[in-house]
Amino acid sequence: MSRDSGDRGTSRRLSALVAAALAFLAGLAGAAAFFYFYWTDGGTAGMGVSLALAMAGMGAGLVVWSHGLMPDEEVSSKREPLPSSDEEKEQFRESFVSGEHRIGRRRLLGLLAGGVMGLLALDSVSLLRSMGKSPLPVLYQTAWTKGARLVTFDGRPVTAAVQPGDILTVFPEGETDSITSQTLLLRVDEAKLRLPPGRESWTPMGFIAFSKICTHAGCPVAQYEKNVNILLCPCHQSSFDILRGAVPVGGPAGRPLPQLPLYVDQQGFLRARGDFSSHPGPGFWSLRS
Amino acid sequence: MISRLARWFDDRLGAASLTRLTINKVFPDHWSFMLGEIALFSLIILVGTGIFLAMFFNASETKTVYEGSYQALKGVEMSAAYQSTLNISFDVPAGLLVRQIHHWAALVFIGAVAIHLMRIFFTGAFRRPREINWIIGLTLLLLGMFNGFTGYSVPDDLLSGTGLRIAYSVMLSIPFIGDWLAFIFFGGNAPSQVTISRLYGMHIVVPFLILGLVSLHLLVLVRQKHTNCPGPGRSNESIVGSRLWPTYAAKSLGLFFFVFAALAALAGLVQINPIWLYGPFNAAAVSSGSQPDWYVLWLEGVLRLFPSLDFHVAGHLVPGIFLPGVLMPLIFFGVLYFWPFLEARATGDRGVHHVLQPPALSPVRTSIGAAALTFFLVLTIAGGQDVIAVAARDSVASVRTTLRVLVIAAPLIAAGVTYFICRLAGRDRQAAA
Repeated sequence: MSRDSGDRGTSRRLSALVAAALAFLAGLAGAAAFFYFYWTDGGTAGMGVSLALAMAGMGAGLVVWSHGLMPDEEVSSKREPLPSSDEEKEQFRESFVSGEHRIGRRRLLGLLAGGVMGLLALDSVSLLRSMGKSPLPVLYQTAWTKGARLVTFDGRPVTAAVQPGDILTVFPEGETDSITSQTLLLRVDEAKLRLPPGRESWTPMGFIAFSKICTHAGCPVAQYEKNVNILLCPCHQSSFDILRGAVPVGGPAGRPLPQLPLYVDQQGFLRARGDFSSHPGPGFWSLRS
Repeated sequence: MISRLARWFDDRLGAASLTRLTINKVFPDHWSFMLGEIALFSLIILVGTGIFLAMFFNASETKTVYEGSYQALKGVEMSAAYQSTLNISFDVPAGLLVRQIHHWAALVFIGAVAIHLMRIFFTGAFRRPREINWIIGLTLLLLGMFNGFTGYSVPDDLLSGTGLRIAYSVMLSIPFIGDWLAFIFFGGNAPSQVTISRLYGMHIVVPFLILGLVSLHLLVLVRQKHTNCPGPGRSNESIVGSRLWPTYAAKSLGLFFFVFAALAALAGLVQINPIWLYGPFNAAAVSSGSQPDWYVLWLEGVLRLFPSLDFHVAGHLVPGIFLPGVLMPLIFFGVLYFWPFLEARATGDRGVHHVLQPPALSPVRTSIGAAALTFFLVLTIAGGQDVIAVAARDSVASVRTTLRVLVIAAPLIAAGVTYFICRLAGRDRQAAA
């Protein structure tokens, strides 16, 4: 107020007054429009924009009001020193020490009370038991067993009619909810396979199956680049070479996708010879080498 | 009327002198002091919209069949959590608007806290006596990120479900205790029957912690008073600015309404987290182009860039994901927490500072900050390396190699350039003074 004087100050205040009034009017219009859009189910955009107008009108009105019509003077205020004065510290020390002295004389009671609190703390930590059972059996478990039929997510058994280039997510029969058991079934040219030794009989007619859970961070390895026989995880772009037993060939994954040994039964259905070649999914401490 | 009410309270509390002190509090006039206010206002809006959403959200994994008004998912089996989020989005009047304000407010809250933190860092506002508020502020940032993550995870959609699996794997990778920790936190081989209700419980409880810490943050601020930008008449002995009442209060309230206006406009016009397009969570499904909210993207990026380094300790596996997923953020935030003390030790400056330092006059700190910021930015970009590869028609492998080089080189270059600029600008400043 002190900066402006005479006519200039008056006209400045007048224009601020008009501007603030207009802003509040816009806010009124916005708030009214929100009523309309809300009660007529007029859509998210209408409600959002009218609400924004109401709020912006309110904000602009207040800012113009405070800038143009309220005192705008720079003030300076003294900082009090933060630390207490020596006298205050001494007074505090005296009060505290006299109380401490009285507690200190009853050593036994203090020890007993401390013991109760300590044991109660242990009690509360042990409540973690309620959170669930030991994780280890579940972490190691999959539902694949010797002879389990491969079925799709809707429970239909898979026959040997799957064609090269196809990719199918399969589960053990009756266990389509088992997250750790989800498996990718592919068909490749048997002659091109370079699997680790001991897996020669796991891929009848070129059918080959791997755990679908990425060994890096547990995402489903969902992308299949059939021209180069690579499986790619869409989360962090780890890639696995199918022909060499899904060893990681790029990206952050450190361990191969476990392979599921297969055979074809007499009716032509695909079945598992047993569980995965190693533990599926992301690694953890208890997983020994 | 008001004066009678005021007298009624003063008779019972004797609050006049305290209130007078509060309304006379001096606020510095610099735009950068509003960043914390923006965070505070977003938090208020988050609490309000959150209460509304909690009326309708059902944190349960019980399977139901969708019968609501969104045609594309009619008859689809889904969890009650996902179904109730669809219900909020399509059948509760203004439900989608409130949901989108809530999500946008979370992004703005964490963003405002982060930029506020940068302002504090680059101007040396954390120096004695403000180390306590630095630590409270950092904790608020971490709690905000955590609550953002639990918040966007509870709708049980496919995108956030994938994020949960990654978070589970990261927690699982911690030596000794990882498997137990992950089971306690997620209630089983994630995602399990109890994961969503546990996350939702935390999503409701953590805000109380946040509000408590914000109150403490403000109490310490009032006790210590604001810092001042350097300038004529600015010293350790006084604080210069405008009084809270009435001008600054009106301006602040105006800012609150502007923040609300921006969030309402975003929520009305810019779609966010359209969970109905992602579909319900299904453990065997995932989509490429799965990107989390912005403040998690850098952690996602470091998982993508870090090479496969599984190793063994005494026969036990330490999964490669442990180093980038756990150790790197731990070191990053650990250094931030201890920064005021590390700097005081390195410079030997343990004095009281109420006047801010221009970044140019502290070239080493500013350069380290620029390097950290660049590191964060490259990792954030790496969080979308698949999207970049598609857009650039390049292979993921070559994009990854480029980013791996950049994440090391760019921070070093940024630090060097910043140091050089600071020295030049600092010399000018000193010459001018």
